[in-house]
Amino acid sequence: MVKIPVVREILEVNDRIAEENRAIFRENGVFVLNLMSSPGAGKTSLLERTIDALHEEIQIGVIEGDIQTSIDAIRISKKGIPAVQINTDDACHLDGNMIRAAFDSLDLKALDLLIIENVGNLVCPAEFDTGENHKVVILSIPEGDDKPAKYPLMFHEASVLLVNKMDLLPYIDCSLDVIKETSMKINPHLEIFEVSCKTQEGLSNWYDWLRQKVHAFKEGESDR
Amino acid sequence: MHEVSIAEGLLQIVLDEVKKHSISKVRVVKLKIGELSGVQPSALTFCFDLIAKDTPVEGADLRIDMVPVKVKCLDCEDVFIAEDHSFFCPDCSGLNIELMSGRELHVQEIEGD
Repeated sequence: MVKIPVVREILEVNDRIAEENRAIFRENGVFVLNLMSSPGAGKTSLLERTIDALHEEIQIGVIEGDIQTSIDAIRISKKGIPAVQINTDDACHLDGNMIRAAFDSLDLKALDLLIIENVGNLVCPAEFDTGENHKVVILSIPEGDDKPAKYPLMFHEASVLLVNKMDLLPYIDCSLDVIKETSMKINPHLEIFEVSCKTQEGLSNWYDWLRQKVHAFKEGESDR
Repeated sequence: MHEVSIAEGLLQIVLDEVKKHSISKVRVVKLKIGELSGVQPSALTFCFDLIAKDTPVEGADLRIDMVPVKVKCLDCEDVFIAEDHSFFCPDCSGLNIELMSGRELHVQEIEGD
């Protein structure tokens, strides 16, 4: 019997690929967000609103992660911006390698902002770096205020939390204060925006954050 | 169920080491998993047992050491365990916190013949 000390990161391969992706994004001047949430929280709706609001000033591209269909990529393509579909074939998250495979279908040089819409899931995507600058999580009011406590890694890893479907708050037993309190406890540096993709309430704060980040990135400020 | 991907990464590392050290049969694989990571030990063990079939790792005992979420306050230097994932200092309420442990997904040691 022999004992071999190993000490290796289980996700070392993904972490290496993600770092390479990050370097490629930086070389091409693309600011990258990894957008995550439960299924149905409003990722694609947020993308549609964001594209409508910003496409004249910021060149946006989208990578759509989905287990089976191209429904989301078709929705985004209708906006006239480049959208690449990745079908994960039952995998519950996107990883660095899948993002790398999408590079061939994207003109990175032409983009200012690339948004990766991850597979709808509050657990697994948080574990896998794709090479993004920031992780953004959406939590919608009907999901309930216990989600940050139940899925701490997601809220710990994200830089931004968008609380979506604010228009439903009067009809649902969900406390905005609890969402804010628990998520800020897990991540004191989290930026929180209260929005409704349906009524467009609060979205201008999100657009301002995006504009500021993309411009700062273009100016060469280091952002991861 | 990202435990499948984690198990694949793990198996790859163990097989690497098996080759490097000419091991014919792996008995034990010791891991450290941080409590902040979303990995379920039972799901990971289940997936690992499945994919290790027909390799020198088949039947190996996966020993998982769960690592608590330990953080350090950079303002007052206090080190504490973040019970229920509270990332602010219980002493000075500071938010300038450094994560010291709790995100691990490490292979530590392999035992074999």
